Amino acid sequence: MQAALVRFLDGDVWHSFRKSPMAITAAVIAFICIFCALFANWVAPHNPFDLATLELGDARLPPAWDEEGKAKYFLGTDDQGRDILSTLMFGARISLLVGVASVLLSVVVGVALGLLSGFAGGKTDALIMRVCDVMLSFPSILIALLIDGVGRAMFPNAHDTLAFAVLILAIALPGWVPYARTVRGSTLVERHKEYVQAARVIGVAPARIMRRHVLPNVLGPVLVLATIQVAQAILTEATLSFLGVGVPPTQPSLGTLIRVGNDFLFSGEWWITIFPGAMLVLIALSVNLLGDWLRDALNPRLR
Amino acid sequence: MNSTSTLSSPRSDATEQPAANRDADAALVEVKDLAKTFEVSAPWLNRVVEGKERQFVHAVDGVSFRIERGKTLALVGESGCGKSTVARLLVGLYAPTRGTVRFDGQDTLAALATPAGRALHRRMQMIFQDPYASLNPRWKVLDIVGEPLREHGLVGDLPALRARVAELLHSVGLAGADCEKFPHQFSGGQRQRISIARALATQPEFLVCDEPTSALDVSVQAQVLNIMKDLQRERGLTYLFISHNLAVVRHVSDAVGVMYLGRLVEIAGKQTLFSAPRHPYTRMLLDAIPDIHMSGRARTPVQGEVPNPLHPPSGCAFHPRCPHADARCAQERPPLQSLPGLQVACHAVAEGRI
Repeated sequence: MQAALVRFLDGDVWHSFRKSPMAITAAVIAFICIFCALFANWVAPHNPFDLATLELGDARLPPAWDEEGKAKYFLGTDDQGRDILSTLMFGARISLLVGVASVLLSVVVGVALGLLSGFAGGKTDALIMRVCDVMLSFPSILIALLIDGVGRAMFPNAHDTLAFAVLILAIALPGWVPYARTVRGSTLVERHKEYVQAARVIGVAPARIMRRHVLPNVLGPVLVLATIQVAQAILTEATLSFLGVGVPPTQPSLGTLIRVGNDFLFSGEWWITIFPGAMLVLIALSVNLLGDWLRDALNPRLR
Repeated sequence: MNSTSTLSSPRSDATEQPAANRDADAALVEVKDLAKTFEVSAPWLNRVVEGKERQFVHAVDGVSFRIERGKTLALVGESGCGKSTVARLLVGLYAPTRGTVRFDGQDTLAALATPAGRALHRRMQMIFQDPYASLNPRWKVLDIVGEPLREHGLVGDLPALRARVAELLHSVGLAGADCEKFPHQFSGGQRQRISIARALATQPEFLVCDEPTSALDVSVQAQVLNIMKDLQRERGLTYLFISHNLAVVRHVSDAVGVMYLGRLVEIAGKQTLFSAPRHPYTRMLLDAIPDIHMSGRARTPVQGEVPNPLHPPSGCAFHPRCPHADARCAQERPPLQSLPGLQVACHAVAEGRI
């Protein structure tokens, strides 16, 4: 483990990171967002879900720098008197959870199917790739809406956890296609390399060759894709929540916050919806920039 | 086919009659009528829409030879003549379209499919051409060389594995401490020696070497070849040595097979082949070697191009380039005929025209 760390710090990727101000800025912003989201319980000035602390008299207060604002509520409050800054942190936690979980799920499915497709070839390959083509011909938001809608219809009184599971599945299912295609392409290249043939001559079983030889050598592009897809998944979740079919209302994500705040936009209470929107942009942008940098750093031709 | 059955019958009951055919007993590897066809057709939809036909490349087309225990057979020929395909067929990387490979009396293709036959993987190994592609870039040398040992359960625990890998590395002239390094920390020649160490790990009897030195520079080639010859002397290894470098072949081999467009055109002992080549193609190849001692002799440069293997010429595949070709050569494919000390597939030689 220590050796791996030393190798990493000595390696090209770390060097390229230190030379890229853009990557450092994006990493710092992403780190702050993720840190606040993960440790919202301790970092947030208020607990927006603790009904005892809510004061309806403090509802719809503007940000602290406004004349009517209170220093206690830095970014103002919503219609229930909840501190916006705190709801942002808790909301970002939900968004990140759904985003990361759905990407993990689609990575697992996509990498497994792509590896199988590239390694088995023939009919298996043709079948998986045609399924990919069909998936790609639908807009992913449509598939997500469909799954989410069916999930809700099947379990109308579902527990929150189940609702989350359905949502994550709904975002992950259209998402595995790019991983499958990327991994299939790299697998086709790797499996003809002589080290794979050497393993076959030794008598290593195909499943073992896939797992131990091919898989580690095709994960580079997947890492890049997954980073960019996290931002995409967070946005999809926000879209679904904005449309009212996302996370349960008891667990508001950034998308839910934007939707709720949207109702107050025209009455002049802009901060309720603008700040969650800005937070969403910040997370998506920083993660995207990190992904772009990683793509360049891992691409030997751009070095 | 008839000749195959008559040849194989005395050997199959060789256990009852030990003195039956000593020559056949000595052959470790025996290849009969081996062929491999690859489909290179356009995708199904294109074929249907554009009315194209299915296309096949006959990479290897009816090759037969045998290698005696402890000897080296070299296969030579131009690029694309099917040398590497033969190598891959022998170790089971490809399934043959036709023909058999027998290793120590058992059919390798049938044996490799059975669980017990997996032990056959231990007895034959392969050394690959490109030392940069044949080692997994993410694995340490310990894991690379140790993989066959682990796979076949030949070592108990980690210390035993380390000791065995260090021993193998010593045998190819590397240090035991190298096992903690990654492949990119080695030069091409060192990598090829790691590759040899991996191939030796299971103590195989038969090594298939697919152009093991062609990716190395000349000074390192000699080093790798000498290690291979030393190992052959010490362990009685049998080699199939694929190369397009005739100087290397002359250095390492006992017998030489010349391939042209997937067919074996001549096979003979090293001395015979280099001193008195019979097949016109072999002569052409040997004449193409620049040699200071032959400076007075007229050289026939290799003429023409290798034909498209998708549409090989009729009859003898070499006839469009052959100075001795006649009408029969263009129609009838010459069989591999045994002459004293060699086998050759040529009508002109058989008819005594050359």
